[in-house]
Parts: sequence; C-alpha cells; structure tokens
Amino acid sequence: MRAYLLKRIVQGIITVWFIASATFVAMHNVPGDPLMDEKATTEEIRKNLMQKYGLDKSLFEQYIIYLKNMSQGDFGISFTQQNRQVNDIIREHFPVSAALGILAITFAAFGGILWGALTALYRNRLPDIVIMFLVILGVSVPSFVFAALGQLSIVSVNNLVGFSLIPVAGWGTIWHMLVPSMVLGMSTMAYLTRLMRSSMLEVVNTDYIRTAKSKGLPATQIFLQHQLRNAVLPVITVLGPAIAAITTGGFVVEMVFAIPGLGRYFVEAVQQLDYTVIMGTTVFYGAFLVFMVIIVDVIYGFIDPRVRVG
Amino acid sequence: MTENSYRAQAGDFNPIIADHRIQGISRPSLSYWQDAWLRLKANARAMVSLYIVIALLFFTIAGPYIWTVDPAFQDLDQVSQPPNIDRKATLIKPYPIWDGSTGTVDVKDSETLYLAQAANTESVRLLWHVMPGAEGYRLYRNIFPFEQGQSMGLPLFTTFSPQNRLFEDLLDLTPRTFYYTLVALNATGQETSEVVNIAVEVQRVLTIEQAVSKGLVDSAEEVDVGDVVYLKLHPMGTDYLGRDMLARLMYGARISLFIGIFAPLIFVSFGVLYGSTAGFMGGKIDQVLMRFSDFVVALPFLLFMILFKIAFGIGPGESGVMPMLIAMVVLSWPSTARLVRGQILQIREEGYIAASRLLGAKSRYLIMRHMIPNTMGVILVTITFAVPSAIFTEAFLSFIGMGVAPPTPSWGSMCFEGIKTMLTHPHELIFPALLISITVLAFNLLGDGLRDALDAKMRSRE
Repeated sequence: MRAYLLKRIVQGIITVWFIASATFVAMHNVPGDPLMDEKATTEEIRKNLMQKYGLDKSLFEQYIIYLKNMSQGDFGISFTQQNRQVNDIIREHFPVSAALGILAITFAAFGGILWGALTALYRNRLPDIVIMFLVILGVSVPSFVFAALGQLSIVSVNNLVGFSLIPVAGWGTIWHMLVPSMVLGMSTMAYLTRLMRSSMLEVVNTDYIRTAKSKGLPATQIFLQHQLRNAVLPVITVLGPAIAAITTGGFVVEMVFAIPGLGRYFVEAVQQLDYTVIMGTTVFYGAFLVFMVIIVDVIYGFIDPRVRVG
Repeated sequence: MTENSYRAQAGDFNPIIADHRIQGISRPSLSYWQDAWLRLKANARAMVSLYIVIALLFFTIAGPYIWTVDPAFQDLDQVSQPPNIDRKATLIKPYPIWDGSTGTVDVKDSETLYLAQAANTESVRLLWHVMPGAEGYRLYRNIFPFEQGQSMGLPLFTTFSPQNRLFEDLLDLTPRTFYYTLVALNATGQETSEVVNIAVEVQRVLTIEQAVSKGLVDSAEEVDVGDVVYLKLHPMGTDYLGRDMLARLMYGARISLFIGIFAPLIFVSFGVLYGSTAGFMGGKIDQVLMRFSDFVVALPFLLFMILFKIAFGIGPGESGVMPMLIAMVVLSWPSTARLVRGQILQIREEGYIAASRLLGAKSRYLIMRHMIPNTMGVILVTITFAVPSAIFTEAFLSFIGMGVAPPTPSWGSMCFEGIKTMLTHPHELIFPALLISITVLAFNLLGDGLRDALDAKMRSRE
C-alpha cells in the first residue's frame, strides 16, 4: 500500500510539473506583454519594470525562477491589484468555490446513488421511465439554462411566501449555497444515476446475489447489503473526475449567482490579462485536481483491495 | 446380395447433383454494417434522433439559402421583439415641429392630462390643465400601470413655470401601452401629492420616406398617407440589437455544429492513430506514449481551453472559431487514444492477426486492414458522444464570454446575450437554449442507439 501511495504521489508531482510547464508555455505565447497597459512609460521606465518582474532574463531563466517560486508555493503578486498576493486571492476565493463544490458533489453523489438504485429497483416500470427521462434531460440541457431556471424558481418561491426566503444571488449563508450547488451538481447527478443504474443491473445477475436469495435472506437485506454496496463501487471511481468537472464547471454558476468564487475570479483575471493570477490559479487548480483524483483512488483502494494489485 | 458382394460401378464416382432446395441460404448474409443498420432501424428513439440530426444539418446548411436575411442587419424598428408580433405600420406625413396646438382630438375638459393628437411611435403629445396649487410639473413615463407608492418610471420632463403645460415625448417609443404620470410641484420644487395619470396606447407609424429607405415599399408614388405597410418579418423575433433571430440561429448553428462535428472528428482521428500506434507497438513506446497522454488528461480542461484561447489571441475581424477548435483537439484526444489502445491490445492477441502475420502481413497492413476496421464501431460511438460534449464546451465558453468573438453568432453567445434580458424578452434565451438542448439530446440518443447496434460488449443491459 505504501509503495502504491508513493508511486501515485510521485506521478502526481510530475503531472503538476507538466501542468505548470504547459501553463508557462501557453502564457508566454499570449500576444502583447504584461506591461502593455503602461503606454505612457519611457523606454527607461519600461526597462526598469521589465527588470523588476524579471522579464529581461532569458526565457529559460524565467522558467526556472517560475518553477522555483511555484515549488515554494509562491505564486507572486497580482498585476492588476498591486497590493495583493496571488496566494491571498486563492486563500480568499477558493474556500467559496470549494464549499459550493463539496455541497454540489454531495448532492450529486447521494442523488445519483438514490435515483440509480430506484430505477434499477423499478426497472422498466413508471419510476424508471420517468427518472431516466429526467436523466436524459439533465445531460442535454446546458448548465446556464439550469442556472437561469434556478434563479427564476427562487424568485417565484420568494413571491409565493411573500418575503425573501432564499436569496436570489450572492454569498454568505447556507441558503445562498442551496440552489447554486443543486444547479452545479445537476449534470453530474444525471451521469451518476445512469452509471448506478447499469451497475445495479449488472450486480443483480451475479452469483452472490443468487446465493443470498437461495439462502432465504429477506429482499430488503439483499438489496441494501449485497446489491447496493457492490453497485456503489464503480460510482466511487468516477467521483475523482466528477470533482474535477464540478470545480471547474463552477464558472457559470458563480457568474449567474454572483458568487465570489475562484472560478469567477479566474474569468475576470483572464479578461484583464492578469498574468500571475492566471498562472497561479491554473497551477493551483491543476494540483488540486491531480491530488483529488489520487485521494479518491486511494480511498477506492481501501474499499476494494483488488485495485491495489493492478 | 451380401455386404461383401458390392462392386463399385463407374457411376458411383460421378458427383452428386446438389439439391439447392435443401442447402439454400434462407436469409441473405449480412455484413457487420448491414446488421448494425438493421438493429439501429429497429430502435425508434435512435431513428427519431437521426432524423432530428439530419433536420439540424439541413437547417444549418440549406437554411441560410432559404431564409436569406442578413444576420448582422439591425432592424431598429423591431428591437427585442418576440415572434408573431403585429407588424402593421400606418404611413403618415413627415411630422412638423409641434407648436402646442391640438389637432384633431377633442379637448376633454374633464381630464387634466390629455393627448393633443393620437399617440404614435413618432411622438406622444401631451397637454394638461392647471393643477391646483402647482408651481411646476414633472412628467413620468412607465411601462406598468400607476400604483400608489410604486415607482412612476422614467422622469421625462420637469418645469418650474406653471404656464408651461405641454410636453412632446419623442424618446424611444414602441407600439405598446405607456403610462404617463404628471406630478404637481410646489414652490420649492418638491413633488406634491397632486398626481394625475393617463394610459396611452401608442400606434406604430412610419413616414413614407422611412418606409422607402427601409425597403418596405418600392417607391414613394406607390403608397399614400394612411396606407398600412408591414414591417420586416422575423419569425423568431429579434434580439437586443434588432437582428433577426432565425438568421442568427442558422449562422450560429454553423459555428456551433462546425465546432461540434469537426473538433470530435479531428481529435478522434488523432486519438485513433496515437492509440493504435501505442497499442500496436507495445513495450517502451507504448509506456512513453500513454504516460504523455496521462499528462494531457490531467490538464484542467476548461481552464486550459481559456488559456489556449488567449494564447492564440483573436485578431480584429476574426471569429475565434479556429483557436477554439485547435484547443479542443489538443486537449481532448487522450480519452480516444486510451480507448483505442485498449481495443488494439485486445485485438492484437486474436487468432486472425496471428494468421495474417503468418501470411506475411506488414504492420501497416495489419493496422489498416484488421485493427482499425475492427475498432470502427467503438470509434463511431465515441464520435457521436463527443459531439454533444463539444457543443456544450463551445456554448459554455461563449457563455462566460471566452468563446466566439461578439459579432459572430453562436448558440452559446446568443444564450449569453439572452440571459441578460431573460425576464423581459425570454425568447432571446429560449430559442438558442432549446436548439442546444435538442441537438445534444439527439446526439446522445443517437449515440446510445449506435452503441447498442455496433458494439456487442458495450450494449446496455435493458
């Protein structure tokens, strides 16, 4: 187990290095340069500024400095907001995105498992047909439409009760998070429901279910202890990529609901060409995702020992 | 005659006449593709989806030749109009400057605030009688009926001379009901509780000159004042700049479907080449190639789509479609490569490959003749499922303002523009969102059908 973990972590570090390098290369191909806004500067001031940011050095030297800073967790200072460190920006905005993401993934995972199990239980009957229809709708409708519909339904609920029960936008309380996280988790939930359904149907035909039946176990016990527990396994494997999809998919939801998360900040930074913030956020997200996938895999290794061998 | 006494005769060695009635093939033999097609035809959902996809392609390719409206043309008479609106406009003489006289309308002494002339989109001419204790007046215009305590709308006009009792509203008039509210002001210029209001039904009018310059009538001689002309038809309404929604949806479909279909085609082809090379070579090369694809998979997809987009840059007048296509190809190929490699590894061990190799087949031949055709089903299914996700990505990026550059319509950017006016003009969001949903739904269902038809292993257990 330890060797497996070590191997995964080393792989993860190399992957993060690759992400950082790709970010560096991409950012150095951006047309224009970071000092483009300072149009009124003389050649001398420009030179001094270049020196201050280390932009006068060769590309390779810049790359080495960049990697060194990144490895020490120093993402530099924002170009547009001179008094703010990128680390501070991430520290301030990431928890918001993370809280939203965690709520969304919880919602998606529990919803997906529940609906998936229900469809398998009522296979080819009305609940199955209705849920699968909703699932197809869930993967076919873009998230911003769900976000718009979510906001509309908040407004109508508020109108119905006569006071502002759920805030329409913004951030602060658990009430602010409720609808955005549902919207965010929607497509993942649809996907997980589909996966759970086929996984449940696969498990039904296994020998151990037949054995359990022939032992005379009650149907509920077979369903809960044998079928459900085994069917959940494949769902857990896709949680890693699902977390990735949800955390980066937060852009739209954060924009529509005016949530001060890192995704929205990233989009703003891109619009203002805030180089350090873009690079820092990308590398941070990349590292976060890589290690989330590792954590999910390790947890999976505990739940299902067979994967550790492979 | 005993057993041993049989003697062979010459006739015994003649070939038996084959009885074709017994040996005949009862059904025509089916190739893999014919079989798949039959299975697909039996799947009603997949067939409906296929027809929808064909209809969408027709809409995209042939549509602009049938509905030849310029998607960039701004019809400023009809801004943000929902579909099926009344397009009637009455022709009038050019409007002279108003001298405050009342025209044809009878002055009603019973009402404090009244119209001087029939209200139309050129001007609304209001007059009012003296209000008790008024030292000045302020006029408001609203699109909602007057309600005590609620906003009275847009302040149009304020005067501090009680003699001044007329106003001509020329501001952005549209054919609808406007609610004007007149508030009396006291000597210090504060609003008093003296309020009168009037609901004004505004009629759409055009001068003959305007009608000619907009191309609604051929020449000024043909028509006369008082005639009714019809404004340009917009079957799906117009957007916030008065551009025809149907034409924009058709051109937007070109962008969305271009990315949605070509990006998957390119990256799946690349993934097939990459994956089959890795799977076929095996060993060290396979390891290196697949490790590299693992790295690419680890790149956060949307973040890098945005990064690549700004790295490529969009010059003036460019739509930014190609950078998006390239970024999508660069980031999306590994999943196909992995899938194809798995398939190739499996096929490599099959008996017919060994047989072919024994007969002297070269690697290239083996890949092209045996391996790729045998993975074709899986590849086709992958492409079908990649289309909706590519359309989604385009829509998503355009929606956060990182996609196609503004003058070029795409379904995603139309949604982005439409969501701002979601409450007042829902059609600007609904139509593009509906098209995205239908397209994605159709490709998803078609993909399900193709998977069931083509791939025995992945067949969903239903």
